[in-house]
Amino acid sequence: MTTAAALWWAVVASGIYHGVNPGMGWPLAVSAALMDRGQGRLIKALVALAAGHLIAMAAILFPFSALLVLAQWQREIQIGASLLVIALGLYLLVNRRHPRFLARVPPSRLALWSFLAAMAHGAGLMLVPIYLGICRTVETDAGHAAADTLMGGNAAVAASVAVVHTLAMSLSGGAIAAGVYAWLGLKFLSRSWFNLDLVWALSLVLVGGLSLWAVF
Amino acid sequence: MNLRPDPTFHATPRLAMEAPAETLAFTLMLSPDGTQPDGLAVIDVDPTSKSYGQIVHQVIMPNKGDEFHHFGWNACSSALSPLTGHAFLERRYLIIPGIRSSRIYVIDVKEPLKAKIHKIIEPEEVFAKTGYSRPHTIHCGPEGIYVSTLGGGGPDGTDGPPGIFIMDCETFEILGRYEMDRGKQEKHYDFWWNLPRDYMVSSEWGLPPQFENGLVPEDLLSNKYGHSIHFWNLRERRNVQTIDLGENHQMALEIRPAHDPAKDYGFCGVVVDTTNLQGAIFTWWRKPDGTFDAKKTITIDPQPASADDLPDLLKGFEAVPPLVTDIDLSLDDRFLYVSCWGTGEMHQYDVSDPMNPKLAGKVEIGGIVKKTPHPNGKPFGYGPQMVEISRDGKRVYWTNSLYSTWDDQFYPGDRGAAMVMAHAGENGGLELAEDFWVEFPEGYRTHQIRLEGGDCSTDSFCYPSV
Repeated sequence: MTTAAALWWAVVASGIYHGVNPGMGWPLAVSAALMDRGQGRLIKALVALAAGHLIAMAAILFPFSALLVLAQWQREIQIGASLLVIALGLYLLVNRRHPRFLARVPPSRLALWSFLAAMAHGAGLMLVPIYLGICRTVETDAGHAAADTLMGGNAAVAASVAVVHTLAMSLSGGAIAAGVYAWLGLKFLSRSWFNLDLVWALSLVLVGGLSLWAVF
Repeated sequence: MNLRPDPTFHATPRLAMEAPAETLAFTLMLSPDGTQPDGLAVIDVDPTSKSYGQIVHQVIMPNKGDEFHHFGWNACSSALSPLTGHAFLERRYLIIPGIRSSRIYVIDVKEPLKAKIHKIIEPEEVFAKTGYSRPHTIHCGPEGIYVSTLGGGGPDGTDGPPGIFIMDCETFEILGRYEMDRGKQEKHYDFWWNLPRDYMVSSEWGLPPQFENGLVPEDLLSNKYGHSIHFWNLRERRNVQTIDLGENHQMALEIRPAHDPAKDYGFCGVVVDTTNLQGAIFTWWRKPDGTFDAKKTITIDPQPASADDLPDLLKGFEAVPPLVTDIDLSLDDRFLYVSCWGTGEMHQYDVSDPMNPKLAGKVEIGGIVKKTPHPNGKPFGYGPQMVEISRDGKRVYWTNSLYSTWDDQFYPGDRGAAMVMAHAGENGGLELAEDFWVEFPEGYRTHQIRLEGGDCSTDSFCYPSV
């Protein structure tokens, strides 16, 4: 498998990882569907959650794609991004409290909630090192492309990463939500919910560490 | 923090009903004259146990004069909403406020037979951080632990209106006031909510000078106690509607929303109607346009009595009012239990149709005039008061004290503490368990009961039972 393929699979894997985590919202889709007795509401809620997640991914990835115009600084950018991801992971390791402002979002504003939850947990940041890695593989082929084509290319990659990740997240979360709604029942929720706080923080450190290792 | 959600957290009321039955109850003990410190009694309610019906552990507080009343858990089934991010809390601490002292105790009951004080929040901290006093009802919700208060600032609690404040559910730090726009709300008592629909309902008793030294008859007869219920946008912290139940409906106390959040209605108990001494239950509901309405759906008549059998307060009326002081709704939203503290009756209503409740069962015990003894022959002082239903709906527990100074007005003299249990029939019917009778230490009275693993007035559910 090429590096690029491996990195794209990492984008999908991180999407599934976020999707199956109840903390990223699939139980809210089940609740919405049960409250209004309809599968339509389930899909609507999943779309809202996906929209919020997608915007959160884009909000983090696009600034980095703009930075990449500074082609000669690419190495430094990747080092900086890796350190940022590791720092967030370490912060989440130490500070295990949940941000209270998330509890102020009304249950009817699922897209907003999903956006804020993804931002607060660094879900977008987790993708940055993977994204930068993909950009490097692309640029090796591109050679000395002009700055504007480079930027356009990087933005397109950022958009693709965000979309692929969010699709994987929505399909996996959606599958579980539909399964719980139609067959498994809500007992599955408390049975299957594991505390991923520690694993999540360590994943950030790991992704950042791998990215740093790739640079040196 | 757990690695899995606490096994006593349930997504739906139905799952909570199917969970293992309670083996322990926690009951508050108060010293009516403040000569002893108040306490928490841990009671064995496992019928297969040798110590069934006995106090197996007590936590006695280090202060006197707290007057324990209501209490609640640090965490409940509401933690299973991903919106709040508290899924891995433990149901481990009981938050016990003193309504006379404004002191708050946090009791660690992880090992119930070794339950101990975890933290004490002194009254000065409550006053300084909230401007409120006399903390009362506890519910765990989206932003942490919500505590209703009965008093505002100042020595007599009338400097500003009472309200709700929020505590952190892990550190038990007081975070501050809940309200951003209280609208017409000036008095407070109980509150509860529908979490997915994002609204809260609150009620009114009276201001501290109206209850601390006893019921004020002039205030009651001039309808100055609370008679409104307030509806709030829960997360916007804004009073969106106030419904006046009519000024003759004095003291709108317990708020019991349907446990299944897909149902948009609930109940509120009214102590006394000053025009006819009836007790009443109102059903409130949310209309399709999002506004609320309320209607009186149960009335309970006073019973004629000779003046000689009545305390001074009631002699002129020649009747004993039912005095609806507590209500509780079973987890399947089917049976509403109504304490008639004056007449000495526990009523069970079938509220399958919430607009048309039907009396399904009744137990007579205690009472101002009837003084019905327990089936085991022992006298039951006062009347049925704080009532708690087991999650499976099969057992109904209650105690007998209302509030120290009010006990003495309606039932002069000391009548002793009690906690009893009745079996509820599958399709209604209520019968006292002859073998369940708890002996309490001398000089104490009993108030609210909490059951191990949650009960019918603690847990809020985020998912419907379908």
